[in-house]
Amino acid sequence: MSADTAANGQTPVLELKGLSKSFGGLHAVRGVTFKIMPGDRKAIIGPNGAGKTTLFNLITGIFPASSGQVLLFGQDITGWQSHRRTALGMARTFQITSLFPRLTVLDNVLLAIEGLRPSKFVMWRFLSSYRDVYDKAHQLLEQAAFADRANTEVRYLSHGEQRQLEIVLGLASDPKILLLDEPAAGLSSGESVEMTEFLMRLDPELAILLIEHDMDVVFDLAHTISVLHFGEVLETGKPEQIKNSQKVQEIYLGTG
Amino acid sequence: MTRWNAIWLAIVAALLIAVPTVIGNEFYVNMASQVLIYALFALSINMMLGYGGMVSLGHAGYLGLAGYACILLTINGFDQLSAAILALAFSTVMAGFFGMLSLRAPGLGFIMITLALGQIVWGIAYRANDLTGGDNGLRLPARPMPFGIDLNSAPRFYYFALAVVAVALFFIWRFSRSPFGASLMGARDQPRRMSMLGHNVWLIRWLTFVLAGFWGSVASLLFVYYNLFLSPHALGLQQSAEILLMAILGGASSLAGPIVGAAIITLVKNVISSYVERWNTLLGAIFVIVIIFMPYGLVPGCRELWRRIAQRRKPSASKAASEPAA
Ligand SMILES: Nc1ncnc2c1ncn2[C@@H]1O[C@H](COP(=O)(O)OP(=O)(O)OP(=O)(O)O)[C@@H](O)[C@H]1O
Ligand SMILES: [Mg+2]
Repeated sequence: MSADTAANGQTPVLELKGLSKSFGGLHAVRGVTFKIMPGDRKAIIGPNGAGKTTLFNLITGIFPASSGQVLLFGQDITGWQSHRRTALGMARTFQITSLFPRLTVLDNVLLAIEGLRPSKFVMWRFLSSYRDVYDKAHQLLEQAAFADRANTEVRYLSHGEQRQLEIVLGLASDPKILLLDEPAAGLSSGESVEMTEFLMRLDPELAILLIEHDMDVVFDLAHTISVLHFGEVLETGKPEQIKNSQKVQEIYLGTG
Repeated sequence: MTRWNAIWLAIVAALLIAVPTVIGNEFYVNMASQVLIYALFALSINMMLGYGGMVSLGHAGYLGLAGYACILLTINGFDQLSAAILALAFSTVMAGFFGMLSLRAPGLGFIMITLALGQIVWGIAYRANDLTGGDNGLRLPARPMPFGIDLNSAPRFYYFALAVVAVALFFIWRFSRSPFGASLMGARDQPRRMSMLGHNVWLIRWLTFVLAGFWGSVASLLFVYYNLFLSPHALGLQQSAEILLMAILGGASSLAGPIVGAAIITLVKNVISSYVERWNTLLGAIFVIVIIFMPYGLVPGCRELWRRIAQRRKPSASKAASEPAA
């Protein structure tokens, strides 16, 4: 009922309580419980098929949970639709790039900014007449060093640029928590480093939940790491602890 | 570019206004009115199809809802204006209800539910003898007289229909470039991404469904005013499918496409059918050939063709872009 508060009296940005999901007989996520405080940077790692993306889909409301709860700022949002969660401060990127390939970079960002503005329902004024939305879009593109490609259609961007635009779209709603599903997937090591630096420059108050296979990215960004295996959190700890964990090495060598 | 668009618009408008004087013949002026009515049907279904990616097979249902409502209200003593407004309101509210049912299932489910709803309206029109006259249909006593203008002559009705369609086209044009229009196209291409951006995808689709229903109902009133008669034959599956084909044939991704598609199909139906017995087959053949060579429909296809021709004549390309064939 009442919002759980941490020892220092702060409300967690996100809290999961026994979150579970089964697809028929397959238990993809089992009883996941954790808290994320403002500014936390938490990584979730685990072998393919461990249930990481499914966990994100539960948190963001793309799938209904089979059991358990999702709390955002202490409010139970378990049954909420995705767009309402976004309005409350949640944003995510997708493992499979989900952009608007035939729109320009600018138009992609405009759609993202419009997402939380009442003007998104206006049908009789031109989108191009909303100066404030355009200003915000240009500002966002400037910040992400995309300004020079604002008028390029997204399908002509490189894979690395598309992965980065995924994040820019997530930032358009000024989220309090950002969920990143393998942002560095398919990037060259140089691009990975660039992306990590970009993520480290973001507002320190922004909480980030990160799924990533690239351990360099994980160790650079994460304050804590949880290991997911067959839908269960196997171990949670500081990066050094996870690096030296016997169990983690076993699952990566054994089933990875 | 925009200056050329304005000049084009002026030329097309002048041509459309000149149609009755140029053609003269009442039969063909009436046909032009029919083209306009079907153009509005196709434009309205295309709000869902082209911008929203929602394929509806029940659009002729609005002909039943708005059409019968308008005739019944008029017969029962309402003046034409009140009858029209009430019929539109009724039909639009029903569109809201139909939208809720249809949008429960995405994709194929949506097609099947719209199809079923269209068939239910048709079935009621057919069965409810006391209300709709069943197979015999219902007659509207007279055309309305907006601002005291008599619409009985062919050119006058043509101008009336032209004015209504022009207003609708203006709204749909603004709609397609509005923030809402952008969200609708976004929801068509990446629904999950759109929800994660804070857009209510269901509501976007539902509002579009209702708007399409509203303009479809306006087209239905024009249809009833033109024919002064409505029977179940006008609102069967064939009609719904034809409206859908008009939009696809002309090009669902363009604003002008549904109008061109409506013109071609209406003309083939009315003109060619008096010479060729198997006009339905001919229509099918035209459709297949166009879609093979121009998978996105005639208007986008011709635009692409023109672009390629202009590119081949690159040296004089800047001038060439100004004079495409009508
Ligand atoms: N919509 C679905 N229906 C049925 N099964 C699903 C569905 N989505 C995921 N699964 C199954 O749930 C399990 C977890 O999948 P998930 O995509 O969450 O893994 P992951 O940890 O993200 O893996 P990867 O590292 O490969 O991205 C897999 O066995 C997968 O086949
Ligand atoms: Mg995954």
